[in-house]
Amino acid sequence: MADFTMPSLGADMDAGTLVEWLVREGDTVHRGDPMAVVDTDKSAIEVESFDDGVVERFLVEPGARVAVGTTLASLAPLDDAPTKVPAARSPGAATTPAAGPPARHGHHRRPHTPRAAPPPLRHHAAELGVDLTTLAGSGPDGTVTRADVDRAARASAPSPLPLQRRAEPGAATRPRPRRASPYARRLAAELGVDLASVTEVGGDGAVHAAQVLGAASTAVAPVPPPPPAATSPARVEPPPKPRGTGASRTTIAALMSRAKREIPHYYVATTVDLGPLTEWLRRSNRERGVSERILPAAALLKATALTARDHPELNGFWVDRAFVPGDDVHLGVAVHVRGGALVAPAIHRTADLTLPEVMAALRDLVARARSGRLRRAELADPTLTVTDLGDQGVEEVIGVIYPPQVALLGIGRVVERPWAMDGLIGVRPTVRLTLSGDHRATDGAAGARFLNTLEERLQHPEAL
Amino acid sequence: MTSATVAVRETTYREAMRDALREALAEDERVFLMGEDVGRYGGCFAVSLGLLEEFGPERVRDTPLSESGFVGAGVGAAIAGMRPIVEIMTVNFSLLALDQILNNAATLQHMSGGQVHVPLVIRMTTGAGRQLAAQHSHSLEGWYAHIPGIKVLAPATLEDARGMLGPALEDPDPVLLFEHGTLYNASGPLAEDAGPVDIQRAVVRRQGRDLTLISYGGSLPKTLAAAETLAADGIEAEVVDLRVLRPLDDATFTESVRRTHRAVVVDEGWRSGSLSAEVSARITEQCFYDLDSPVLRVCSAEVPMPYARHLEEAALPQPEAIVAAARAVVG
Amino acid sequence: MTITPEQAREMVARAVRRIVPDADVGSVPDRADLRRTFELDSLDFLSFVELLVKESGVRLDEDDYPDLATVAGCADLLARRSA
Repeated sequence: MADFTMPSLGADMDAGTLVEWLVREGDTVHRGDPMAVVDTDKSAIEVESFDDGVVERFLVEPGARVAVGTTLASLAPLDDAPTKVPAARSPGAATTPAAGPPARHGHHRRPHTPRAAPPPLRHHAAELGVDLTTLAGSGPDGTVTRADVDRAARASAPSPLPLQRRAEPGAATRPRPRRASPYARRLAAELGVDLASVTEVGGDGAVHAAQVLGAASTAVAPVPPPPPAATSPARVEPPPKPRGTGASRTTIAALMSRAKREIPHYYVATTVDLGPLTEWLRRSNRERGVSERILPAAALLKATALTARDHPELNGFWVDRAFVPGDDVHLGVAVHVRGGALVAPAIHRTADLTLPEVMAALRDLVARARSGRLRRAELADPTLTVTDLGDQGVEEVIGVIYPPQVALLGIGRVVERPWAMDGLIGVRPTVRLTLSGDHRATDGAAGARFLNTLEERLQHPEAL
Repeated sequence: MTSATVAVRETTYREAMRDALREALAEDERVFLMGEDVGRYGGCFAVSLGLLEEFGPERVRDTPLSESGFVGAGVGAAIAGMRPIVEIMTVNFSLLALDQILNNAATLQHMSGGQVHVPLVIRMTTGAGRQLAAQHSHSLEGWYAHIPGIKVLAPATLEDARGMLGPALEDPDPVLLFEHGTLYNASGPLAEDAGPVDIQRAVVRRQGRDLTLISYGGSLPKTLAAAETLAADGIEAEVVDLRVLRPLDDATFTESVRRTHRAVVVDEGWRSGSLSAEVSARITEQCFYDLDSPVLRVCSAEVPMPYARHLEEAALPQPEAIVAAARAVVG
Repeated sequence: MTITPEQAREMVARAVRRIVPDADVGSVPDRADLRRTFELDSLDFLSFVELLVKESGVRLDEDDYPDLATVAGCADLLARRSA
């Protein structure tokens, strides 16, 4: 039987002042009834009783300041039924509980109609399913208190016995059905994500689009072929470590398999003279600080974004057997994360950004992708993806489209190539651009037009 | 929407509505305004201030305190070939004329097999927010949007306040215009040549990607404010202004929800059986497979409107509640 | 204030480690290509140059990039420019 002690009413409270008692010695109190007012140096707070009992003796007088945990009053256990009406307070009451016919002047229980209880208490009782008219109150003059209502609710609640389970074969091991929003299911089907493998859920315990998109985007990079004859045959190579976690490996495998299975890819490629761009960048970068320098990758992105605006049929999604254009150009940028994963988040409204803004966005996006701090919208929104593997050293990238997008631009390495100009042979920095297109949405001519426009834009870097 | 070449002036919702009335009275002899205190007093909300002086007592008519009587007279005048604009001071008092509106105005065309049309326009002030207490703070436009045979409009912007009346008068059937009481003082720029607006479409007032907030009338400014708050946290909300409560332009808001996959409806009516319930049902019917979260509603608490200001504010939809609902659907 | 080759090597190591946290720069031969050894793409290399500029105070243009390809090259250039 716990006594009533000075509680801790705040993390930094170690003592409090008893201001006044709200009960008297001998009163019956129930859990939740206000017992005393305590001053915590910040404010005066009413403290409730934590137990049912009868107040035996006050051990601390009002005005005293005591440490948290000090016993303020001793409580004796309740030995009567909870609905016992405190006889001492009713005028003219019989002192013993009525055993025979009720004495005429004895205390009789006043029926508590809902009108007697204040509105907040009626609301509380209604929420808990307690009928106020059946309660006798333990408050002053027999009024029904909140504690009375709470007690009645607990008393009538079904006992928490474990339900008998029918022994069903495999019932113990059958997984609980996973809740997922309709859109999440649709996305999972479209992107080839196995819903059962999505381990993350939203705040309500169900799988939403964000979790499906997250599962679809984190991926394992295809292992690049090892350089030929790099090692002597005698050396024993340790087996390559499997990359990526189990779930993301499954989903990217499913995604790419589906892309190859369902999307009839066509490819158009062209070699572009990057001389004007690299010259222009050299000149303008000389005037910029190192932190503002613009890389060819950013210029290629900006040019691609503008081109995507010129060719909206390649900027959007194939959904339900039809092409849905994107609301704007949000270029997805394939980013390789150390350790093998691949993500392709979007730079929103790429075509509206200035070239310095694209550069800044690219740096920011790559940094956050590599530290796993991408935003949901960035994973969800790419309308067209660009994969620039020039830094990896390959000359040409023939990539796999990320469904439900309808195109992917692959950019290779800048290579000095012999080039015919004005009837003479020279050497120019060139880059190979390959557009992978979904043949359901567009045909090769559209892809070719896209590349022509892109090439044209790259010849006029000052307009980027 | 202003450009360098269009002349624009600062005006208020009240003045825009007055200009619309003035234009209607000037252009068509059959149009007249009728209601309590619309003439000598200039209108309970000062909308018709000066119109009596300008157009005379035949065109701007003060009526006795009898909604059923003067709405009935309006029905009769409309049947007889006039184009009355009946002003019921507030939607609260329209309850006294409900029989005239529902059983006569909305139904005579049907019951007469098309022989009788009732080209009546009824303007009413609606809504709460000015501590007018339980009997004078209703938002019942949702009730009226339930009735076949009428159109229900809710202008929330200056352009709509200026431009909805004209097309409403041209409609051969009854049109109800609900003006939220807190919007009369709303001020802003309006094109000098602002004219009639479409009265069939909802409009996207703010574009967004992450969820669709649907609202109308007096709740529109709060919804736009909530969208700004959400934008600061990177949640881009699309805001749709219904404008026309009957017939609902569900094509516009379902297209939006199909894009954003999440919706919250904001409606000053009480939640149960409100217009927001109808909007939510249509979204479920038409966008089920695109929904990423259940459609949530932010409505008034289901209590008679309190009188005390802080209680009234707590009972009405507020930007904080809209923001919370938006965060809940975005997850 | 001249930067000694030793100090320059320290700066290079620190810059690389900021980009590739577990890089063992000390074991890299002086003439090994930094980009290939540590798999630095163009964005990484730009960050590397930025860090060097910040630490050393030396101006490094895009025209200098060929000289910055190896540890030795970086050390030489930084020492020369700061003299």
